[in-house]
Amino acid sequence: MIPTEHYVALSALLFVIGGIGFLVRRNVLFALMSIEIMLNAVNLALVAFNRAATGNHTGQLFAFFVIAAEAAEVAVGLAIVISLFRLRRTVRTDEADLLKN
Amino acid sequence: MAGLGYAYFFTCATIAVLGALFTVTAKNPIRGAMGLMSMVICLAGLFLALHAEFLAAVQLIVYAGAIVVLFLFVIMLLGPDAAAPEDQRGRTTRVLSGGLFALLAVFAGYLVVRPAWGQAHRLPSVPRDFGSVDAIGRVLFHDAVIPFELSSALLMVAIIGAMAVARGKHASDAEKSLPKPANEVKP
Repeated sequence: MIPTEHYVALSALLFVIGGIGFLVRRNVLFALMSIEIMLNAVNLALVAFNRAATGNHTGQLFAFFVIAAEAAEVAVGLAIVISLFRLRRTVRTDEADLLKN
Repeated sequence: MAGLGYAYFFTCATIAVLGALFTVTAKNPIRGAMGLMSMVICLAGLFLALHAEFLAAVQLIVYAGAIVVLFLFVIMLLGPDAAAPEDQRGRTTRVLSGGLFALLAVFAGYLVVRPAWGQAHRLPSVPRDFGSVDAIGRVLFHDAVIPFELSSALLMVAIIGAMAVARGKHASDAEKSLPKPANEVKP
């Protein structure tokens, strides 16, 4: 029986990796993938806490909705990436300055 | 029996962490997407160990089947430009911000884990249909009907929004319609 702390520690580790990737990388695609890693880590924590309280399914339900929201986020995010690439021929976040001036 | 459980957990956890690190550090976006997929599959395995069979299936279908493939489609659409070399400007600030974030996260994790570390672990026994499609479906269509319907509306809006955004202007059209830079506008 693996204790819940192991799962929570793994989830925190994955979240940190995703957060560092989001802060350090300048490629939009890698930024989106880092967000994916972070949301996956959150899902793991939710499911692990649900395992520690088996009276209801709230944690798994929440993780389900996180997955649904994430699918929507990725679809819109990648559409924005394509749109940005058409306008600027770039995938760098710091060249996305259409609102400047 | 317990040793087998630990071996399974640590195998999945190691591959997941390695996949995440590979994703974050990869030069080529396709390799990054592959790292993401290995992480997603390992997390689905951990969901199975946590008695969340339905979520494990959803994780595989939605992530490995849809999201990673969507990433791959976009990477192929962008072509070689998708692997733009990282520019080195502001690198110190970025690395510093990442390190600071990691330090804060380690501290927060220590505070969270410390009270329970080393105590006797007693997880509750699992009801017979915990996490099964049956049980989740019951909860989903009984307690969470309204959020469920709202999430379908969210996905609908996301589809329409993605279509509207992605079939926008080309660079050649944008030249005409974009306002001129401020220093060229006559007073």
